[in-house]
Amino acid sequence: MTTFWHLWIVVIVVASIVGCVWLLLANRKGKSGDTTGHVWDDDLSEYNNPLPRWWFNLFVLTVVFAVGYLAFYPGLGNLAGRLGWTSTQEMEEGLAKLTEQRTAQYARYVSYSVDQLAQDAGARSMGRAVFLSNCAGCHGPDARGAIGFPDLTDQDWLYGGDAETLLATIKSGRTSKMPAFNGALSPEQLQALVNFVPFWSDKELDPHAREVGMAAFAGMCAACHGAEGKGNVTLGAPNLTDDVWLFGGSQERVRNSILWGRESHMPAHDTLISPDEQRLVAGYIKSLSEKQSGAEVLQTPPAPPSQQRTAALP
Amino acid sequence: MLGVPALPKIALAESKNQGIQVSTSETSVVPPSAPVRYQDDVVLGFSIMTVAWGVVGMLVGVWIAAELLWPALNFDTPWLTYSRLRPLHTNAVIFAFGGCALFATSYWVVQRTCRATLFAPNLARFTFWGYQAVIVLAALTLPLGITQSKEYAELEWPIDLLLAVVWVAYAIVFFGTIMKRTVGHIYVANWFYGAFILTVAVLHIVNSAAIPISLTSSYSAYPGAVDAMVQWWYGHNAVGFFLTAGFLGMMYYFVPKQVGRPIYSYRLSIVHFWALISVYMWAGPHHLMYTSLPDWVQSLGMVFSLILLAPSWGGMINGMMTLSGAWHKLRDDPILKFLIVSLSFYGMSTFEGPMMSIKTVNALSHYTDWTIGHVHAGALGWVAMISFGSIYMLIPRLVGKPTMHSVAAINVHFWLATVGTVIYIVAMWIAGVMQGLMWRATEADGTLTYSFVESLKATHPFYAMRLVGGVIFFSGMLLMAWNVWRTVKAPVATHEAVALTGGAS
Repeated sequence: MTTFWHLWIVVIVVASIVGCVWLLLANRKGKSGDTTGHVWDDDLSEYNNPLPRWWFNLFVLTVVFAVGYLAFYPGLGNLAGRLGWTSTQEMEEGLAKLTEQRTAQYARYVSYSVDQLAQDAGARSMGRAVFLSNCAGCHGPDARGAIGFPDLTDQDWLYGGDAETLLATIKSGRTSKMPAFNGALSPEQLQALVNFVPFWSDKELDPHAREVGMAAFAGMCAACHGAEGKGNVTLGAPNLTDDVWLFGGSQERVRNSILWGRESHMPAHDTLISPDEQRLVAGYIKSLSEKQSGAEVLQTPPAPPSQQRTAALP
Repeated sequence: MLGVPALPKIALAESKNQGIQVSTSETSVVPPSAPVRYQDDVVLGFSIMTVAWGVVGMLVGVWIAAELLWPALNFDTPWLTYSRLRPLHTNAVIFAFGGCALFATSYWVVQRTCRATLFAPNLARFTFWGYQAVIVLAALTLPLGITQSKEYAELEWPIDLLLAVVWVAYAIVFFGTIMKRTVGHIYVANWFYGAFILTVAVLHIVNSAAIPISLTSSYSAYPGAVDAMVQWWYGHNAVGFFLTAGFLGMMYYFVPKQVGRPIYSYRLSIVHFWALISVYMWAGPHHLMYTSLPDWVQSLGMVFSLILLAPSWGGMINGMMTLSGAWHKLRDDPILKFLIVSLSFYGMSTFEGPMMSIKTVNALSHYTDWTIGHVHAGALGWVAMISFGSIYMLIPRLVGKPTMHSVAAINVHFWLATVGTVIYIVAMWIAGVMQGLMWRATEADGTLTYSFVESLKATHPFYAMRLVGGVIFFSGMLLMAWNVWRTVKAPVATHEAVALTGGAS
């Protein structure tokens, strides 16, 4: 700030504090029980009692504290205060200390592979902490995802669940897009898809509906989702045959997906978390789906997929 | 709901204050025998609307408290969502309920303590209709999502302009009445009302400066951190001058009136008045601790907030000590209970405020529900309770009745308000401190111990407790509305003789 504004601030701060003290001292003395002699509205009058002693002391105490604080900390314009404290410096020191602690903590896991991290309870606990701070906002604290945000606890991977792919996803993020087919499909084709796709895994689906649906599917959808509907991890195109639904598996939802397309975006985390943290969280995520595969039993069993996916849909 | 039924009563509101006796003749140039017919139609209008807007504003508050507990209560309807109803709640309780109470009492007090009728009576009536228009426009635009997004200053520019005109008219009426006073000295209540009116005009006009881009949207005239600082200079002084100085004006008239004893100390009023209005101006930055605001501004915000403690308490001491020697009156006068308990909550929240502005405390309390608890200790405990007491004193006098329809109901209202406030603020204290501790908890590797949703889950029971407190407080407000309605509606003639002597207790 310029010298003018610096001086301006110093002057009005000092004037305010000195003014308060003068006001206090100038009105200190008085005799108990006297009134001022003024009367308003028939019966309103005022005593002129002295200032309560404890109140006077309280006022003085806060002023003394204020003056002391401004001597040690920034406040009077450009004056830095005797301690030379700044919030930026405090933050940098704190961050440096934390980084040091972290590096020491992670040191023992540097040589671990992601698969080994997934097996180690201590690493999983650290990975979970990274997950809750960085990933839970979209994928949920239980990693089960939400509409548009994949469940990370199942075996169904959009881009692949091996260590290398997981790390790549975390590091660089993912963007996937399904185009809108509004106008590209006849009403009959659309209806055929809506009658078939949501029930792909249902063995009791009417064979005719399946046949008509498959025909429509082969023309428009198979390019990304594959002729068998098993999806494509290169494109992040979901598997449609397993009754796990990224954007909801009701007929209404599937119709909307086809008509208007879908788009999802996971941000890159390379600049947000350190390489150590990326590996730890990858290990934690890997452990989640391994639990699901039967190695360990989750404390709370997940709801049947079809219910779980459709319950929250409008 | 808009209180229009109240206005046919205006004829009744002409005060029949025939019996003025001035005990020391030198304080007045008007001979003691001369009757003054005060202009009380606007006082009655604002008093009734205080109650009406109180019911509306607190109902919305209860509703959004319930939405935090059961989010489905917004029924997926945009104008019922928390984000749109919350500013409606704050505007309705602060500016509609609190504002009408300030208009009503200031017009009543300034006439009586100046022994003069309102300057420019028609302009005074304009302030009533203009202010109600602003409130109705706020109640329509805020749920529609039309907002400047500045907290407590959400109204868009056309409404801001109308409010500025109304407020300047208010200042003309108030200071005009002071100018034509027939007593020598200006009573202390008028210092506070005057400071409130003048400063709110400045705050509102400066903070609302914006560049319109259409009838319903605009951009702030200030950039980035400056905008934030202007906003909280406004925001904190809205607390300091609207919710503190204005209501201290109310206190300085209605407490000694109801107690029937002189104000404790004139010199204390001088010291705490000047210290309060000069120091409050500095306190705004404590709303922006640990942000991009420069360090020196944050320091000044903190130290001046601490200096503010004693000046704030000066008002509490002057009110409380006025009662010394007459404490027994608290036993059976529910209006006095309202006034005195409001001063206790005032003292408590003006202690809490400076403590929360200390940087290390603020690091824990900021962004938590502790702030919400602090605000409601002031808003429910101080602002609402002193307004209830004052309105209960005014209504019978305005409609020529000896007392309120039911004094027992005032007592019940007092207990509902007190219990409701205590439950509310205790719930928010616990929730706030818990949130602060959970959010700051970190593991050795620097990661957060709790995800946000875990703290939300832990808060859930306290949201239920807060709703209970709010419902209890709101039920008291409904009781007041009923009591006021019955008092206004009751036949006049039988009580007229008693009315002349006044006295709501």
